[in-house]
Amino acid sequence: MKVIYTDVLVIGGGLAGLRMGIGAKRRGHEVIILSLVPPKRSHSAAAQGGMQASLANVIKAKGDNEDVHFEDTVRGSDWGADQRVVRMFVNTAPKAIRELAAWGVPWSRVTKGDREVVINSKKVTITERDEAHGLLAQRDFGGTKKWRACYVSDGTGHAMLYAISDQAIANSIAVHERTEAIALIHDAGRCYGAIVRDLTTGELSAYVAKATAIASGGAGRLYRVTTNAVICEGIGTAIALETGVAALGNMEAVQFHPTGIFPAGILMTEGCRGDGGLLLDGEGHRFMPDYEPEKRELASRDVVSRRMEEHLKKGKGAKSRFGDHLWLDITLLGKRHIESNLREVKEICQYFLGIDPVVDLIPVRPAQHYTMGGVRTDPTGESPTLRGLFAAGEAACWDMHGFNRLGGNSVAETVVAGMLVGEFIGDFCDKPENDLNISTGLVHEFLRREQAKLDRLLDGGGSEDATALRVAMQEIMTERFGIFRNGADLEYGVDALQKLLVRSRNIGLKYKARGANPELVTAYRVQKMLKLALCVACGALARTESRGAHFREDYPRRDDARWLSRTLAVWSNEDSTRPALDYEPLDVMVMELPPGWRGYGAKDYIDHPETARRAAEVEAIRKNVNGAGRFAAQKALMPYEQMLPERFRGANERLDEPLDEVHHVQR
Amino acid sequence: MSAALNGNVAADSPAAASGPPRKLQISVLRYNPQEPGTAPHMQTYELEEAPGMTLFIALSEIREAHDPSLHFDFVCRAGICGSCAMVINGRPGLACRTLTKGLDQTITLAPLPVFELIADLSVNTGKWMRAMSERLETWVHMKEEEVDFSRLEERMEPELAQQIYELDRCIECGCCVAGCGTARMREDFVGAVGLNKIARFRLDPRDARSDADYYELVGDDAGVFGCMSLLACHDVCPKNLQLATQIAFVRRKMLVTGLK
Repeated sequence: MKVIYTDVLVIGGGLAGLRMGIGAKRRGHEVIILSLVPPKRSHSAAAQGGMQASLANVIKAKGDNEDVHFEDTVRGSDWGADQRVVRMFVNTAPKAIRELAAWGVPWSRVTKGDREVVINSKKVTITERDEAHGLLAQRDFGGTKKWRACYVSDGTGHAMLYAISDQAIANSIAVHERTEAIALIHDAGRCYGAIVRDLTTGELSAYVAKATAIASGGAGRLYRVTTNAVICEGIGTAIALETGVAALGNMEAVQFHPTGIFPAGILMTEGCRGDGGLLLDGEGHRFMPDYEPEKRELASRDVVSRRMEEHLKKGKGAKSRFGDHLWLDITLLGKRHIESNLREVKEICQYFLGIDPVVDLIPVRPAQHYTMGGVRTDPTGESPTLRGLFAAGEAACWDMHGFNRLGGNSVAETVVAGMLVGEFIGDFCDKPENDLNISTGLVHEFLRREQAKLDRLLDGGGSEDATALRVAMQEIMTERFGIFRNGADLEYGVDALQKLLVRSRNIGLKYKARGANPELVTAYRVQKMLKLALCVACGALARTESRGAHFREDYPRRDDARWLSRTLAVWSNEDSTRPALDYEPLDVMVMELPPGWRGYGAKDYIDHPETARRAAEVEAIRKNVNGAGRFAAQKALMPYEQMLPERFRGANERLDEPLDEVHHVQR
Repeated sequence: MSAALNGNVAADSPAAASGPPRKLQISVLRYNPQEPGTAPHMQTYELEEAPGMTLFIALSEIREAHDPSLHFDFVCRAGICGSCAMVINGRPGLACRTLTKGLDQTITLAPLPVFELIADLSVNTGKWMRAMSERLETWVHMKEEEVDFSRLEERMEPELAQQIYELDRCIECGCCVAGCGTARMREDFVGAVGLNKIARFRLDPRDARSDADYYELVGDDAGVFGCMSLLACHDVCPKNLQLATQIAFVRRKMLVTGLK
């Protein structure tokens, strides 16, 4: 059996994994990246509309800065986020995007002078400043006060992924394509790498590493209807869970994107609505202003998706042989705009629906889109319970999205977390006490154990069909753990998933090849996916409130008094059929932005007993530092800068906020 | 807006009327080099066509219901990641966005030529593309080692950024290489995908390289002078990149550089 040694093992070759790998490599550590597919085919490429970074170049972004981005993100999260992590994120996002600009991403740029845009279904002329000409442009996205999503037409993720993947090649980072980590090697609270299956030959190897980093993306394929790629099955997250030591955070927080094309679920970017597109019902009526007068189509995704489903339940949808749906109308944006800024949208409509969005409406309905939960980590990206295990991007819960992520904050998170966690991994590997000290016996024990599991699937004489179990799981998740949840459905779903999990221990295969074998892959993955599904399910059943994307019809209010907390799921006993849940409270008294109304969605929530006290405190602090500038106020409210790696600290320059030449502080 | 509401919905959309479903015959060129004693052969599967069915849906259904040993690659299933290129009725294309509706009842599928075969319809484009990237150094060679990312980004003309993106839209699916006469004869030919990348970085003012540097990379028969202008790359590119135009342009520039 093969054993491969490296300093850093990154599991996942999307934006987060690649950027982490580059960071660690530049710190002088050997890096191997594992990827299910060639890295440029990762799901990061599917991000279309934009990356949030408060550059404030276009006129509609004037006045934007880290403070505004921070507040939008925390409100978006429905106060579920770790506000210190959000601060780390918003301050690093402009640096990350400027790095990408230097690395060759062809960001769309500002053109000075007048241009016509569509705002709230009306054509408006806006004038871009001369001094902004040629800087990165921003478009509007949901749940934001300013235009902040920087973009490359609507191929943002693609362009970012190609630039970063090519940088990884430039840095001679080895990417082992078509390989899959199926178990983490660990002992006494320390992670030592992974057992890895070559998807082409079927061979198992042990990759032994000082630091192991999970960046395997989300788990959208737990659901039948999802925008996610077919590889987004959450296996990286699942192998962390299977250690029984690492915890997963907030797995019940699942985002549904308002505009998946119906019925295939392929994504239509939020840029459609950001650029002025509308949602219409079966009668052609624009219904969002009726529900959300403040932000209309551009409330946060959880709110828009709920309003759409609510409207469908009233029988207002358009009928089709696949069921009811709504319409996305971008015809008012005009041919020129669509063909330059929404060209992937146009292509997808053309190939999958046979329609032209310049003149036709697009059939849409909300579809699973994003996994807010993931491997619970410290703000350094390291698991607090399994040392040497790191995670970043959608696979991680560090936790900047809380219970709902804002559009454009995901690709931004991948590169920001990649930059930061890459540095923290560098620090970790630099310390002599983290040198590898692991017995080969342990490595071989893990290899034997995993081989035995695969042998059992191949030769164990089991009778269950892996594909049938997966289909049943996806059906349960879509029907019971979707946008609207209630106690009865959830209880039924938890029970049904547990039965599937038990059955999955008795899978038998029709095709017994030991090499490349898609059926074998489905079999071992569905065993892992069912555990993730149960983390979503049990978390959703236990959380008797509504927060962000987690909405309980039987508990429709956000309940800060009881539920201002992060769910932790641990699978401590391999024979168990459900995770053990625990809760990590969020401390109101250290929040820079105490809980309140989000500015859209329900106005009705139950306050935490300390919220009023903290709100008064925040107001007093702001008064105290009045006049000392926004940086001083922020520092007094919630200091965080010491948490950032030194090289990524400091203010960001903007047209309206020039930097002091020497000190890198705002003038 | 009113077009669709008045019932003017295109034929493939969910609202369109359905006829009696066709029985599709899908013939796949099968071979798994890892299974000893097997030889390449055609295998035909029959399945009922469904509304809006793509080759992704059809092949997934075949694997799930009929034959768990069938190999193919899909990732995004939305025509953006480039994983699923294969030869569809004799022509390279993206299977995931190919609707069966537009094809005859009998459909023939084969793996892309040129690339290393993994099994059945799955080929190793990743290995080929990585080697091409290493050889052509397909990344921006920055002019300065350290850029201060706290500062305003470098400016670029909006039109230029758009032109670069136009070339940056390549998804490395391999269709152009599979359709290329030179690539069939010369194992070391960089293909339209490689030459398009040279065109892309030449255009990018952030890249410090000169035409003399690019000449070192593609100024030979394995590079731009190997192209026989058969134009198949241009015809089959799923992203409609103007590959023939780009190759001709790079060739002119390299010729000028070579004659200096």
